[in-house]
Amino acid sequence: MTYYILVHLLYLVQQARVCYIIKLNYELLKGIPVEILTAPRMERCIGCHSCSLACARLVHKRLSWDEAGIRIHTSGGLSTGFEAKTCLACNPAPCAAVCPTGAFSQRKGGGVVVRKRLCIRCGECAKACPVDAVYLDPSQEPFVCIHCGRCVSFCPHDCLEMVASPGGQVNEGVEKEVKNDTG
Amino acid sequence: MIRDNFKVLVIDLSTRKGDVVKMEGRNTEAGGSGLAAKLFQKYGHTDKPWDDPLQPLIFTIGPLTGYFPLMSKTVYAFKSPYHNQYTESHAGGRSALSLRFADYDGIVITGKASSPSCIYVGSRHLEVKDVHYLWGTDIQTSGKVLRKMFKGAGHRSILRIGPAGENRSAMACVNVDTYRHFGRLGGGGAMGAKNLKAVVIQGDVSFASPPDKRYPKLFQEVYKLLTSTEMMSKYHNLGTAGNVAVLNDLKALPWRNLKQTSDAEVTGITGEKFAEDALLRNVACSGCPVGCIHIGFVREKFMEENHYLYRQVSYDHEPIFATGSMLGVTSNFDVLGIIDAVEKMGLDVMSAGGALAWATEAFEKGMITESDTLIPLAFGDSEAYKVAVRHLGMGTNEFYRALGLGTLQAAKRYGGEDFACVLGQEMAGYATGEVFFTSQSLGFRHSHLDAAGYSYDQRKNERDTGKVVEFLIRDEQERVFLTSMVACLFARGVYTKELLAECLRSVGYVELAGNIESVSNNIQKLRWQVRLKTGFDPSKVRIPKRFYEVKNWHGPIDKDFFDELRRRYQEAILRLAQEDIIP
Repeated sequence: MTYYILVHLLYLVQQARVCYIIKLNYELLKGIPVEILTAPRMERCIGCHSCSLACARLVHKRLSWDEAGIRIHTSGGLSTGFEAKTCLACNPAPCAAVCPTGAFSQRKGGGVVVRKRLCIRCGECAKACPVDAVYLDPSQEPFVCIHCGRCVSFCPHDCLEMVASPGGQVNEGVEKEVKNDTG
Repeated sequence: MIRDNFKVLVIDLSTRKGDVVKMEGRNTEAGGSGLAAKLFQKYGHTDKPWDDPLQPLIFTIGPLTGYFPLMSKTVYAFKSPYHNQYTESHAGGRSALSLRFADYDGIVITGKASSPSCIYVGSRHLEVKDVHYLWGTDIQTSGKVLRKMFKGAGHRSILRIGPAGENRSAMACVNVDTYRHFGRLGGGGAMGAKNLKAVVIQGDVSFASPPDKRYPKLFQEVYKLLTSTEMMSKYHNLGTAGNVAVLNDLKALPWRNLKQTSDAEVTGITGEKFAEDALLRNVACSGCPVGCIHIGFVREKFMEENHYLYRQVSYDHEPIFATGSMLGVTSNFDVLGIIDAVEKMGLDVMSAGGALAWATEAFEKGMITESDTLIPLAFGDSEAYKVAVRHLGMGTNEFYRALGLGTLQAAKRYGGEDFACVLGQEMAGYATGEVFFTSQSLGFRHSHLDAAGYSYDQRKNERDTGKVVEFLIRDEQERVFLTSMVACLFARGVYTKELLAECLRSVGYVELAGNIESVSNNIQKLRWQVRLKTGFDPSKVRIPKRFYEVKNWHGPIDKDFFDELRRRYQEAILRLAQEDIIP
């Protein structure tokens, strides 16, 4: 039981890593699967934008339905239903491959680790993304999902889900620096 | 964006140019209803008719729009084609968040376009575009074209009128994002008079989140209250359609032009029946996780060999009452078919249903004939009503043009004023009794949402007119603050005054948070003052005889109580409007 509580606490710490550059001892997370955000039940979506607003508010400290890692659009009118524009966790990620400064780097298990301080606003990441998951604000600052899962609980219809990465990657038990400094 | 003043875009359709205006008043008029009244004072003309090109159309949001859940409505204020007085209509959809992310607290539209036009506005964009090719198109067609013309799918709002609005009908609505409406009192006609087919608002800018650490925590708490408790379940479960059976059981559902208040045939049009057979899905206004918008469907065989088409149609209690029980239509799919016809024309469904219910009874009594109605009208004949709705929207002949000005206007000309179910405008779906009839007939918007009169009738059997008037005035005051924020009134049980103060504080409106009582009182007075200046005289509001003949679970209407209540409420409104605004 103690083991499970410990693992759960460390998982929560991992989920709350956004905007911090901290050092964690991941030894106890060893073997825990790396997760990615998925939107498997979008036919349930009611278009409330709660996910986008939560991401903007909690991850990026913004009030926005654009500056968020997940954005809700229609396919041409409300009668067509809704689609989520979010990172599909490419591995390898084409956006990371074209990033000239390392602001986007490959995330283990798919997607990218973002270091905003390295970003020179070239916009190449958005061009490279095959599913339009990177939003560029008017100053070309990129916004993309970092698979932290903080939006999931705000979906009233359970459209979103964190799942183990398709490659089955697991956390390594090594001390590492967490640098998802998206704020 | 959090700011102490208001940022308002004033667009002159005559010159096709705009002006960004900063206005003081955040701590006195707050936003929404308060801001709209303030803007009408500045840009409106009390002495000129509703269709004078100088009259403004005003769209406003509030200080909490987008910052908290269910702060998702927009106030539309205008001088009404229905009664030539100042009024408001409220709608959600994506309008409120689009306006927030276009970075305006309000938009004022004055002048008249030289040709049918569309306004396209965003945070870095303003265009008044000629769209003469859209004039005459129905709501569905214009929506499809406008979606292709302008970018921003999902993060924009498309407000548009149908043929009814173009024909300046006093029953024309403004359709908002297909499934929502600025429905009542002819806001669509006011747009049509300006040659304005549509307004497209693109929400394309973002802001820093409020720095106060309490903000995200408070958001979470409010979100939890609105999604995890039972308080809101009635709205996302059956939706307001759940009221149909409840009111019928109470003998308080208007049937066949209010000749009855209950009917065993209700089983075909209850919320339960709609959910079982016709509910496709729910959708939500942007910024609201409740998802109260219920979408049903109509399916039509348009050719032999099983060729069908289908359309999605939203439903609620009010449209079901107006096109169902009020017209004696007892099949849910027939109801959806009439709602669909009403939507295409861009008519307000409650007004259209009420008008056709009166026309049916007048037809039965021989006061009007087929030469007027162009098709025989009979309670329950849904196919005839679909045709009549089209005539009403198009204003096909003199009769339908007169009816489009309001049921009482038509009744004055053709007879039948006694059974015109009008309480300021065509009645809402509650035959609950004297308090509701008083509230709608004298309320600021003549809406069932001005005050909870229908609920008061159900909860209490109060005969003390003083206490009832006190309740109506008090309830209106509380609601006017909510509509200045601008909250969906479905959240009124959650957003207490204390919670609203906390919300305002957490985003930085500390002074406003501390003065909710006095600000709401002032806004209430201001709105009445503006309404009265444009000609409203509460003592002239007459109640058609039909309302005195209603029998519900309380028994027959108590005429003496009803008349005394109306008299005292009239006095209270006049007293309120005469009071000074206290700084």
